Amino acid sequence: MSYQEKKNIMSLISTVLIFSGYCLYMFQDFSPKEATLEENLHFWGSFILILIPVSIVVKIVIHIFFVILYRITTQEEEPDFMDELDKLIELRSMRNSHFVFIIGFVLAMVPLVTEIPVYYTFITLIGAGFLAELVSISTQLYFYRKGI
Amino acid sequence: MGKSAITNTIRKMRFLNGEMTQQQLAEQVGVTRQTIVAIENDKYSPTLELAFRIAKVFNTTVEELFTYHPELDKHKK
Repeated sequence: MSYQEKKNIMSLISTVLIFSGYCLYMFQDFSPKEATLEENLHFWGSFILILIPVSIVVKIVIHIFFVILYRITTQEEEPDFMDELDKLIELRSMRNSHFVFIIGFVLAMVPLVTEIPVYYTFITLIGAGFLAELVSISTQLYFYRKGI
Repeated sequence: MGKSAITNTIRKMRFLNGEMTQQQLAEQVGVTRQTIVAIENDKYSPTLELAFRIAKVFNTTVEELFTYHPELDKHKK
């Protein structure tokens, strides 16, 4: 298994763990159903604003540990640049993840024009962001394994 | 994924050039070792630029290194 495949598997696992752990932490004492609209807006705003830096920092830390572990186990240095294959795979993964996010974004507008509670807009937006990230990583993993 | 329409003899050329490693070839042409692995396994067809760079390393031509099989090409007309 190549460095990129291992890195993508590690990213997939860490993304799921970070997101599910963060959700469990944030929903400990907050129920969107019982909160007012103002409380909901405040909660979802802080949910997104805190999630971004937290996931970036945790991912950097996990990546550092991964690189150290990779060097120890394989006695090989990780590639420190992106070549043409990496860029091509990244472009395809970005295309797929943007496609998923745009669908989620459009779906997130539905509660705003219907009787569905507004917090579903935020749930859909955040879910779409999470799903787009998973699609991006899975696409990369697929192309690194199967080739282009 | 079916068989690639482009095959290559990079593995053989590495052997004929003093059992050059994939890492050495990768460094000489400016890509990662994983990309050389993907090309050798017919999982990736390199750009013309990279194909010429690889051919230059082995002091050969792109035609000697890569073979096109039109019968396997899904986009043939």
